[in-house]
Order: sequence, then C-alpha cells, then structure tokens
Amino acid sequence: MSGSRKVTAVASVVLLTSLAASVFLLRRLDQVHPSATLEEVLYFNSPKWVKRLSLGYDGLLADIYWTRAVQYFGGKHRAGATDYKLLYPLLEITTALDPKLIVAYQFGANFLAPKAPEGAGMPDKAITLVNYGIQNNPNEWKLYYELGFIYYMDLKDYRKAADAFDRGTKAPNAHPFLRLLAAQMAEHAGEIQTARMLWQATYVSSQDKHIRANATTHLAALQVDEDITELEKIVAAYRERTGKPPSSYTQLIATGMLRGVPVDPDGNPYRLMGDGRIELRNPENFPFVAKGLPPGYKPGPPKFR
Amino acid sequence: MSRVVHIATNTFREAVRDRVLYNLIAYAVLLSGAAILVGQISIEIERLIVVNLGLTAVSLFGVVIAIFIGIGLVSKEIEKRTLYTVLSRPVRRWEFLVGKFLGLTGTLVVNTFFMAIGVFLALLYVSHGFQSSDGWILVALYFIVLQFLILCSLALLFSSFSSPLLSAVFTFALFVIGSFAEDLRGFAGMSRGLSRWLATAAAYLVPNFSALNVIGQVAHGQPIAGQLIAYNTAYALAYSVMVIAGAVLIFERRNLK
Repeated sequence: MSGSRKVTAVASVVLLTSLAASVFLLRRLDQVHPSATLEEVLYFNSPKWVKRLSLGYDGLLADIYWTRAVQYFGGKHRAGATDYKLLYPLLEITTALDPKLIVAYQFGANFLAPKAPEGAGMPDKAITLVNYGIQNNPNEWKLYYELGFIYYMDLKDYRKAADAFDRGTKAPNAHPFLRLLAAQMAEHAGEIQTARMLWQATYVSSQDKHIRANATTHLAALQVDEDITELEKIVAAYRERTGKPPSSYTQLIATGMLRGVPVDPDGNPYRLMGDGRIELRNPENFPFVAKGLPPGYKPGPPKFR
Repeated sequence: MSRVVHIATNTFREAVRDRVLYNLIAYAVLLSGAAILVGQISIEIERLIVVNLGLTAVSLFGVVIAIFIGIGLVSKEIEKRTLYTVLSRPVRRWEFLVGKFLGLTGTLVVNTFFMAIGVFLALLYVSHGFQSSDGWILVALYFIVLQFLILCSLALLFSSFSSPLLSAVFTFALFVIGSFAEDLRGFAGMSRGLSRWLATAAAYLVPNFSALNVIGQVAHGQPIAGQLIAYNTAYALAYSVMVIAGAVLIFERRNLK
C-alpha cells in the first residue's frame, strides 16, 4: 500500500469513527444539557425589533416565525400541554413581519382561542390577533368569519359574533354563507343547529385537511350532544311513566319510545347506565363533547378524525 | 511528530506577527473597558454585564480570528507558493494540515488567555473581589476554546479546497447554523417521514455550538455539570478530528500543480 493510500485509509477510518463518536456524544449532551429548546426560547420578543433586525428580509423571517409558531403549538399540543406562553408572541412577531400572512391569523386564532388542551385558552389574544389582521386586510372575509367564530364559540358573545359576520358580508368576494350565518346568529344564537352550521361552514370554506378534520370532529361531537340530549329526554319520560329508570334499551324499544339501539357517529351503541345516564362507549374518540362522559373522566389531547 | 510541531510553531509565530490579531486583542480589551462603563451606568447588574459582555466579546473576537486566519491557512500558502517548498521537504500533507490546525488553535488559546485576564480584571474592578461562583467563568472560557477548536477545523477544511472568500462564508454559515443546532434538532423531531430523516441527519452533521454556550448560566453564577464538561470536551475533540480527517482526505487528493 502506497503512503498516500495508507493516509487515505487511516483518515477515512478516523473520519467515520469520529463521526459516530460525535453523534453518540451529541445524544448524551442532549440528555445532560439543560437545553434552550424550541419551546422555551424566544430570542427577541419585540415585533418591532425583529422587524428592524430583519434588514428588509421580513417576508422570509415571517415564514420562519410562522413555522416556529406551528411547531411550538404542535409540539405542546401533542404533549397535552396547557401552557402556551410563547404562542401569542410568536404570532405577534409573525404578523408584524408580514401583516398580509392571512394563514397566520386564521390558524393562529384557532390555536389561541379554544380552551386547553384543545388550544391555548386565550380568546382575547385571538381576537386581538384577528382584529390586527382585519386592520391590515380589511377586504379579507375569512378574517371576519374567524372573528365571529371566536365570539360565538369561545366567548358566547352572540351579538358581537353576528356583527362580525355581518361586517364580513360587506367584504368583496365574501362567501354567501356569511350572510346566512349573520341571520342565523341573530335569531338562533346558542342553539346546536347554529353551531353545526358554523362548523359546516368551516369545513366547506377550507381546503386544509387539519381544519377539515377539526370541523368533522366538532360536528361529530355536536351530533353526540344532540343524541344524548334526546335520549335523556326519553329516559326521563320513561322514568316518569314507570317510576324507575330503564335497565336496558329493550324496555324503551318495547314501549315504543325508541325504534332501536341508539349508536354514536362511530356506530358504537351509547351505554345506558343503571341510574339512567347515557355514556359514550369510547369518549376518547369524541374530544369536544359536552355530554356522555363518564364521571371523573379526564380527556387527553384531542384526536382528530 | 516533530514536523507537526514545527509547522504548528511557525503558524503560531506567523499569527502573532499578524497585526490584525493584535488589533483584535486590543479591541477586546477596549470592549471589556466598555463593559465597566456600562456597568456603572446601570443598576444592580454591573457584574452580570461584565460577564456577559466580556465572555461574548471573547467568543466573538475569537470566532472572527478563527475564521479569518483559518481560511487562509492553506490557500495563502498556495498563493505565496510556500506550500511547495514545505511539501518538497520530508513533510506529509496530513502533517502540514494537522500542524496548521494546532498552530491556529494554540494562537487562539493564547489569545483567549489574554482576553480572559481582561474579563477577570474588569470583574475585579466592578465587584471589588471575586466570588466562588466566578470559577464557572473559567468553564465558560474553556467551552469557548472548544468552540474555537471546531471552528478552526472547519475553516481548515474549507481552506483545503475552496477560495478564502467562500471558505469564510461556509465557515461563518456553519457557525450560525451550529448556534441554532438545538432548534434544528427540535424541528427534525417534529418532522415526519423522509424529511425527518434528512433533518435529523443534517442536525447531527452540523456542529453543535449551543451546548458550548453557557455564558448566560455562568453570568448568573449557576454551576456547570461535570458531565456536560466531559461530554462537551469529548464532542469537540471528536468533531474536530472528524473534520480534520475530512480535510486530510480532500487535501491528499488535491492536485497542487
């Protein structure tokens, strides 16, 4: 073997060995180093400063910050976190860098507004974000829709929700359902039917699979709530008639109060409990339901359909 | 081995003769002086500012020196045609590279030593004495030297096949990426499928400077775990050896005619 080949062979072995060693050591370092991870660090928390420091490359920086916001929320959400302290600053910086980034307002509001573990439980911040979006994009009807949605779903402020939808109808190219929503809100606020309409509107107005999955999951939950409300009425009527709760669906079917065994949107029969309560067989499949949960049930992170 | 030592000594001498190096040291001392001034006009954080600013200055000036001297280690020798004289003697190419690396690293160690004296003098000035936790500043300085070790090897790698300008760009880019290495691994961890593998590979291939940065920690007098010191030392050595091995592989095959 010539001298040069020998050096090449030795250098190759050294390179591979040290590469393996560095990867191994890096993994060990991750364990011992109190790392400044993505979740904990916001290098600059002033949107104005970040914009100045971007040296004109604010579009690209906005994209990076938006990605960070998504990763931050996604990582925390998956871990079932309830504290999202960096979410709003990240979104604030993102939209300050690029006020036209509509997706940041839309998704950002959806991250911020719902209660934990579904979201960050900061509807006020979500409204501030969307209002900033409207201020910079007054012709974007989707932002009025988002605003109305938060007022309706998270703050139960039906008057403001109706007002937001109504303002949205005046935006150019506004989707026709905004007018329907504004009217429905004025007359039937707080009803399941109205909530269903909102989620259906969300489903049809977005092509994003995550938004659609979220809407589908909420629609299923509304169906469960409606079913159980109806079943509870039937059980109450049976109890009134016989003086005791039904022990099985057969008794309800025999009396003609039910046509068959009622099933949830997944096709699983609802459980009729001894005290007459109705419970879901798999409550983990319906993260947004208000009814049918076993006593003391603690929901995990939402699973979308 | 003596040939490597000779090349290293000459590299060190050459760097010391370089006026830019002296200017940077002088500037670092001036910056430490500025730290004292800032410390006097702020409230209750004089010591913090001296440590933060002093160590940051040591790191930044060292990085600049490592990059701007490192990138010329091979290319300058080719440009001046001194490399041919060296290699015409019984000096192997790998010996030349390793000697250059050790010479530059030695220069930076000496440089850091003088800068560290500046930091401690500034600290003595504002605190009128030392605390036991100030010993951790030495660990932070040691980590900064480890950082230089990796940077020198990278600058040498790029210098072995690229122009000085491109070498500077590549090395500086890797320094920036390496400073965000933990974020990169965070992104990799959240990706899916092929992109996860690619991001993970990239995250492990780029140098990790973030674990070597404990300036904020020592500024608050927090101790550094012994394990971290051991792993950082081993990592910096392993990574530098890997990069130098890569440089040797390239330089061995390079046509110098």
